[in-house]
This record gives sequence, C-alpha cells and structure tokens, in this order.
Amino acid sequence: MKLRFLTAGDRGLMVELGDEVDLAINRRVHALARLIQAEDIAGVEELIPTYRSILVIYDPLILPYDELVERIRGLATEEASSAQVRTVTLPTCYGGEFGPDLEDVARHNGLTTQEVIDIHTSRGYPVFCLGFSPGFPYLGGMSERIAMPRLENPRTKVPAGSVGIAGTQTGVYPSETPGGWRIIGRTPVRLYLPERDPPVLLRPGDVVRFRAIDEEEYREIARLERDGRYEPEIAYGGGEGE
Amino acid sequence: MSRRSPTGVVRVSRPLFEVIAPGLLTTVQDAGRKGFQKFGVSPNGALDMYSYRMANFLVGNRDEAALELTLVGPTLKVLASATVAVCGGDLSPSLNGSPAPRWESFVVREGDVLSFGKCRGGSRAYLAVSGGLDVKPVMGSRSTDLLARLGGLGGRPLKRGDVLYCREAEPAPPGRCVPPEYIPEFPSEVVLRVVPGPQDDHFSPKGLETFFSSTYEVTSDSDRMGCRLEGPAIEHLGGADIISDGVPLGAVQVPKHGRPIILLAGRQTVGGYAKIAVVITPDVDRVAQLKPGDRVRFQRVSLEKAQRELGKYLGKMDPGIIRQRSEKVSRYIIKINGRRFETVVEELS
Repeated sequence: MKLRFLTAGDRGLMVELGDEVDLAINRRVHALARLIQAEDIAGVEELIPTYRSILVIYDPLILPYDELVERIRGLATEEASSAQVRTVTLPTCYGGEFGPDLEDVARHNGLTTQEVIDIHTSRGYPVFCLGFSPGFPYLGGMSERIAMPRLENPRTKVPAGSVGIAGTQTGVYPSETPGGWRIIGRTPVRLYLPERDPPVLLRPGDVVRFRAIDEEEYREIARLERDGRYEPEIAYGGGEGE
Repeated sequence: MSRRSPTGVVRVSRPLFEVIAPGLLTTVQDAGRKGFQKFGVSPNGALDMYSYRMANFLVGNRDEAALELTLVGPTLKVLASATVAVCGGDLSPSLNGSPAPRWESFVVREGDVLSFGKCRGGSRAYLAVSGGLDVKPVMGSRSTDLLARLGGLGGRPLKRGDVLYCREAEPAPPGRCVPPEYIPEFPSEVVLRVVPGPQDDHFSPKGLETFFSSTYEVTSDSDRMGCRLEGPAIEHLGGADIISDGVPLGAVQVPKHGRPIILLAGRQTVGGYAKIAVVITPDVDRVAQLKPGDRVRFQRVSLEKAQRELGKYLGKMDPGIIRQRSEKVSRYIIKINGRRFETVVEELS
C-alpha cells in the first residue's frame, strides 16, 4: 500500500492512501484506522478518517513524529479485511410530507416516483466519512439516473431523518438543520442522539441501504425509537453494496 | 440539583449567577469534546486555552466549565458566595461598579453585581468559578457547540434571565494570582508561527510568497469556527478544492477567493479547501484574542521548532505557578491629569 505522510501542524499527521474518491481506497482508509485504533498506541489521541486519508492527532511529547510514522507504516502492511464491514439498513418512507421533492426528482429525470424509489433502494452506499454536522454521513455510489442539483433556495429547516439528493450524492440529515438537498423521504431511525453511547448510528466504513416502508411502519419504528427499543437492522461482512 | 459523581459522592450544585445582560456572545466552555471528531462532532472548548486554564487554576479547578466572554461581557447578579477569577483579554471587569482584578482570584457575595466594560485588549475573557459551572455534560464535555446546538445551556449563548449553577467545592482563597511573567500581552498586531502543510503543494510559489510576506486584517465575520482574514489573495496551483479531509486546530485554509481562514476550536471536523499551513498550538491562543481590524503576519517554523514550543507552552500550564498574594496589599486608584491609574502597593517582608 502506498502511503503519503504529511505534517498537519505540531499535533497532526495526515496519512494519505490515495488521491481520489474511490471505494477501494476508502475501504483501506477505514481498515487502517481500525488497526491504529486497536493498537491503542500511547500518544495517539484522535483519528479522523475521511475519503482517502486519516488525520491522526497525537501528543509529540509522548510519541515523536518519526516513531508515529513508523508505527503506522508497520500496520499498513497488514491485509485489510472486509469481514468487519457493517451494512445498516434504513427503513425510509418516500414521498408525501416526508419527501416533498420526490416528484421533482422524478420529473427532472423523466422517471416515475416509483422508479426513483426503486433505483434509490437498489444498492448499498458506502459511508466515506462522517462530518459537516454530528453523524452526517458522506455517502458514495448513487446512480446518476436520479441525480438533481440542490435547491436554489435552501430550506431553513430540514427535519431530522430526511433523506436527500444533491447532485450525484445521497445523504441523510441526522438532526434538524437548514439545508438545500432535494428531500425524497424520511427515516424514523435516529442517526444521532447526543445522549446515546456511541452518539451516532453510522460509522465511517459502513454501507447504508434504504428500504421503502409505508407510513404505518414509519410510525411504528418512530414509536420504538422514542422508547429506546428500536433495534437497528445491521448485517456484517461482505459489504459489497451493489 | 445534585448529581452523583463516578466515585459515588453526591456533588451538590447551587445557583450562582442570574444573567441581567448576556453580553455579545457568552458561552459555557471547558477543555472541549474529545474523541468524537470521527463522528463529525466538533471539539469546541475554550478558544484561548491558556487563559481558560489559568482562570481555573486560580479558583482551584482543573478543566472545569467556565464562561467565555466575547468583546462585550455580561452583567451577572451574584446569588451565592463564591471565589471567581477572570483571565484573558481585558474586558474591564468590575464588581459593584469598582474595578475587579484580572489574573487574580476574588470573592463575590450574594447581592453583588459582576459586570464588564470597555474592551481594552484582546477580545475574549474567561470567568471561572470555584467548583466549575454545572451544566449537563454531553459526550464528556460541558462546552457549548453553537453550530450543532449542543452542550452548555442547550447549545446556545447566555440570555437574559438564565440562572447559572455552580458545583459545590472547597472555597478557594482570594488573592491567588498569576505571576506577571505568565500573563500574556494582547497586541493588535501579531506574528503567527505556522508549520507548512498538509496541502502547501496546492499553492504556486507566488501564492506561498504572498502568504508569508503579506499582512492580513481580521474581518468582522470571524467567529468561534474561524478567524477570517482580508488581504492579498493567495494563488493556488490548479484549484482550491481538495477531497475533503480532517481539519486540525489552527489549520489555515484558503478557499477559491484566496483569503485565508484560521480554524479554531468551534470548527467543523472535515473540510474541502486546501490547507496551506497550520498555526502552532501556542499561537492559536493569540488568534483567539484578535478582534476585527487587528493585523496578522505568518512566519514559517520547522516541525521540530513547533514541537519544542508546544512543550514549553504545555509546561507553563501548571497550577504550581500560581502564587498567593501577601495580605499586606493595598489598592489605590489615582488620577493624574485626568488619566486613571490602578495601583497596587504590596508590603514586602
């Protein structure tokens, strides 16, 4: 594996594993991040794995730069396994009040709303990284057949759980924020609850799938979530996504 | 209100301040939220960590929650006795209308009014109270995250009518002070030391030359996320956009318009603009004390030098440096030709 080590200030080391948005590179990023985490290296304080790199925050008074680089180089030779890849399925109610932009997305692409739903639910989306706001997943791999530019005037309030499309990207709003994505549906599953441990459901490296549900099932799952009794639909291994 | 600590001891908390006026932007902050950046949770915490820590040391705390004041401080009615300390920028603290000390602990009593006046240096001050402010920790921290609206007082700044609680503690003695050689100055023109990278190769030689030779001015849209600068545009090689990656504290990112932004504790964890350099940790505290119109230059240092400076900086943040002022101290305010001077006369043995 080809690695590039870049200084990121007096406490940061940027480890680059490639220079493109690519699922194979991203898999290696998260596999290496898991290995570094598991190693529990004294002096390593925090990791931020993203599309093609890991920002390692460390304490140079405990762990000198050169030693940190050597430790990571040593770990990177190990084979990345996909056995730990999780697939998280998000039940989603499409259209109606939950997905006010579904019809626009269908019209824009010359499809029926059902076709948009079928395409959106037909594949798994890798979580390249989390950022922007707590638990917000940057998902890859959406079909260009349902792509549509952002709204010209972003909404001031997008409800938590809203599933949207921006260009060729799809995503889910973990909390209520302003936003300009085309909203096609909503999941009753909470991606982010500050009081939960861990506070976020999705982890970088996971694969997300969407499953279409009706309003009745939406309300049932929402009720279970509220009572803290909802069990997320998580499967391990493979993670091919397609 | 009481809460059981991990050791099983019940720590009682009591109402300490009622907010009469909230000030410009007053938030509850501590040392920040650690370990959640990979989930997209910003660290937050005090922007000027040094001044925050000193204020806490003075009242006998470690990294307890304190108030971060910005340019215009709040007016607080005191509801119970406590030892407090104010460190950082000079926001003219006063107690019942008389000047209150900075970088020194003092006692406030029920019925007192603690207020702030003109900003005479720096831009942010820290008000620490013995025992620390009591708000519910979120992900291990009491810091306010204004963007994600979490921590502190429901993720928002103080507002009129808020009541702030403090945790019960052994009352710290008044008159504990930070020795003068440990009190930083807050000039309106600073040279910030930076380590180039991680994306300095995204800039042309001319762009790098501009960055290291120009003077930049702090703009008024700076906030807890970042200090925005106006000045000569820095030229990229190719584009300003990178594949989004992690953003360290003090990162200097340069969007397409070419003007640098220094990212602070309230930053987002992931960013898509090329980072030309990263301000060394000790100098991030100086950035936190800049105000609109202040001027900044950047100076290149090696990683080795930066990490030596980091060691010195962390070494200074030691509660052992705090001194107890002798009891034989008198304070006078004298006026000479209409100018007001605050004097302290200390009897030496």
